[in-house]
Amino acid sequence: MPVEVNRTDVLRLMDEGAQLVEVLPPAEYDDEHLPGAVSIPLKELDASSAGSLDPDAPVIAYCFDYQ
Amino acid sequence: MSPRAAWRLETLGFKEVYEYRGGKADWSAAGLPMEGKLAAAPRLGKVVRRDVTRAGLEDPVGEVAKRATADGWDTALVVNREGILLGRLYKTQLDGDPNVTAEAAMENGPSTFRPDVYVSQMTRLMRDKDLDTAPVTTSDGMVLGMVLREDLEASSTTP
Repeated sequence: MPVEVNRTDVLRLMDEGAQLVEVLPPAEYDDEHLPGAVSIPLKELDASSAGSLDPDAPVIAYCFDYQ
Repeated sequence: MSPRAAWRLETLGFKEVYEYRGGKADWSAAGLPMEGKLAAAPRLGKVVRRDVTRAGLEDPVGEVAKRATADGWDTALVVNREGILLGRLYKTQLDGDPNVTAEAAMENGPSTFRPDVYVSQMTRLMRDKDLDTAPVTTSDGMVLGMVLREDLEASSTTP
């Protein structure tokens, strides 16, 4: 079950090598994203697009806010 | 949409999945760095003066006023031990009775701005509202410092 985390947790997880995934449309990612995040829009999230990620390392999904 | 994305990642075989609900809005409002096309536009976090005078609730106004003058400020921010903004002392209050506490003299719940506001946006707003200074805090209320309209105007006329 996915674990909800706050900003402090995200900073710690990033230090520990977590992968950040922005799931917003690509134009929003191009405007601005968290440092080191990759873009995988929710509508395109499948085995092939997620293939670039390491399934054994922690992964953090985020969008703009509580939407 | 991040809750659904997190669940989807789990179904795709990811073993350790987290969901950052606050997302980009929370991140940038805390003044943390972003990457991308818009990331280079100047924001308040870059021009905020972090040396603004701070006072505790129990500090006598006279003592705060002395420190403010020494630091070159005619206002001070009243914070708790965690650095959360509780009130503001303006020049009128700093020049008032030196023996009352900051808590008794301060204006409660002053207006604040986030560090991710664009300098250009804030310059217009400060002109419209005739503000010379404005406190900048994170979305959690932690004081980052104070922005000065003169700093914003100087930085936005520089190409």
